Amino acid sequence: MSELKTNRLFPYALISPAIVVTVVIIFIPIIQTSVMSLFNYVIWKPKDNKFVGFSNYMKAFRDPVFWISIKNTLIWIIGTVFLQLILGFITALLLNQQFWWRGIARSLILIPWVTPSVITALMWRWMYDGNSGVINDLLVRMGILKEYFPWLANTSTALPAIMVALMWQGFPFFAIMILAGLQAIPRTLYEAAEVDGATSLQKFTRITLPMLVPILFTSILLRIIWVANSVDVIYVMTGGGPGYATHTLPVYSFIRAYKALDFGYASTLAILLTILLVIFVAFYVVKVLHSREEF
Amino acid sequence: MKRRLFTLHIPVLLIVLFAIAPYIWMFISSITPEKDLDKEVRYFPRHPTTENYVEIFSKINFASNIRDSLIVAASTMLIGLGISVSASYSFSRFRFRGRNYLLIQFLIINMFPIVLLLIPLFVIMRVLHLLDTYFALIIAYSTFTIPFSTWMMTSFFNAIPRELDESALVDGCTMFGAMVRVTIPIAMPGIAATGIYIFITAWNEFLYAAILTGRTVKTIPVALQNLIGEYEIAWGLLTAGGVVSAIPVIVLFFFVQKQLVSGMTSGAVKA
Repeated sequence: MSELKTNRLFPYALISPAIVVTVVIIFIPIIQTSVMSLFNYVIWKPKDNKFVGFSNYMKAFRDPVFWISIKNTLIWIIGTVFLQLILGFITALLLNQQFWWRGIARSLILIPWVTPSVITALMWRWMYDGNSGVINDLLVRMGILKEYFPWLANTSTALPAIMVALMWQGFPFFAIMILAGLQAIPRTLYEAAEVDGATSLQKFTRITLPMLVPILFTSILLRIIWVANSVDVIYVMTGGGPGYATHTLPVYSFIRAYKALDFGYASTLAILLTILLVIFVAFYVVKVLHSREEF
Repeated sequence: MKRRLFTLHIPVLLIVLFAIAPYIWMFISSITPEKDLDKEVRYFPRHPTTENYVEIFSKINFASNIRDSLIVAASTMLIGLGISVSASYSFSRFRFRGRNYLLIQFLIINMFPIVLLLIPLFVIMRVLHLLDTYFALIIAYSTFTIPFSTWMMTSFFNAIPRELDESALVDGCTMFGAMVRVTIPIAMPGIAATGIYIFITAWNEFLYAAILTGRTVKTIPVALQNLIGEYEIAWGLLTAGGVVSAIPVIVLFFFVQKQLVSGMTSGAVKA
């Protein structure tokens, strides 16, 4: 575009509002969080505010709730993304076939994805209810359960129960991403395979899966980040309880900030979450790239 | 044909049911009288009623929550679009120094945990006396809407051939004129879809709204969450509120579904 070079400043002029805004409302606040993590900063005790170096970090490493939260965060990320991926993949494979009500089915399946998190949380909390929850009622009617079970009030079922709710909210994302990937695979590949006498299983493992690798990579990455950071569904469903059973790191940080107004420690937890997430994502990226090289 | 019934139609039907069942249940609960709700589970309420819907508007002033949500979501959308349309046009049309670096930066910002920004934004708003105002939420929501919509609209603009801009310049348009009169009108469906996406995310947001506002400005998610009491939960009211607040989002979404899905997936398929 040679003509456009006449005004070299024009592209910068178009971009500068976005840059200024992101610096002011994102980068400066992040620096502030890092600084605050080095302070004792409880908002209703202004006299005690002082620089404490890395002692908030030391406190975190000695804090049993911090370690519980880390464990829960890992279970939460891996379990939730896995559940969403499996159901999303199956949905995409089904929707990739021709049938007369495919359009309607696809639209309806996307509904959970635009559902507000607070509503997702409320609906599922109500369905899991220990006294008049519909899930209990159905399971008892089917003979799977003998009596109603308090899913969200039990330490061993609370986190998996929320994971199912998040699977509901997140699987449409995988479904549409994978569906787009499937539709981008050239038909000629399958036709050639058929000529060579390939079975459907062979076609799936030798053509479909390898062709989907890039889109699976991107969408899993986006989902890991999104799931890792999600606080609202957990917070509204259980508030992090019972006990610390559903405390993930962001939930813990949010509760320290929102309930205790302990901003110093909450900042430390937020920074540690970010570091953990970067490590996790880097590990994932390296692992995938490595396995692709072998492939 | 029979084989397709068990391998296709029934599985799809089950997944569709899974997707919409919570809504069906929420609707059934919302037309059941509060006092019948904790007695037993009934799939066809014996005394269907609209009392829960009447009550959310009379008892907790839901209309003002809707108004607050509308103001915040619409302003966030307008500001977000204003800033990110020009930025994404620039990313799509020009190759300038630092372009790749900035583009990657916009992608990385999407990764930052909300809790990382929540705390400093609270402190800043407190110092500026902006807590509990629309402005606080609009700023907070821009932290995630601007990076995301810049990234998404760049892919919409990339889909429009550059030759169009060039011929406009040849015909005597200024650079600004080419953008405003030629490319942006063509990109309008994509811009509208992005705008609605921003509107929906702002309408749905809870965490910032809970921390930065909640007294005079109270958006729907916060109002609904406040209905959860310590010991008792008014499920009739909550489910009615849920139905009322989810419907506009779903309707809006259906209008822009196609655009949005193609915008989200096109970037990823090419990557």
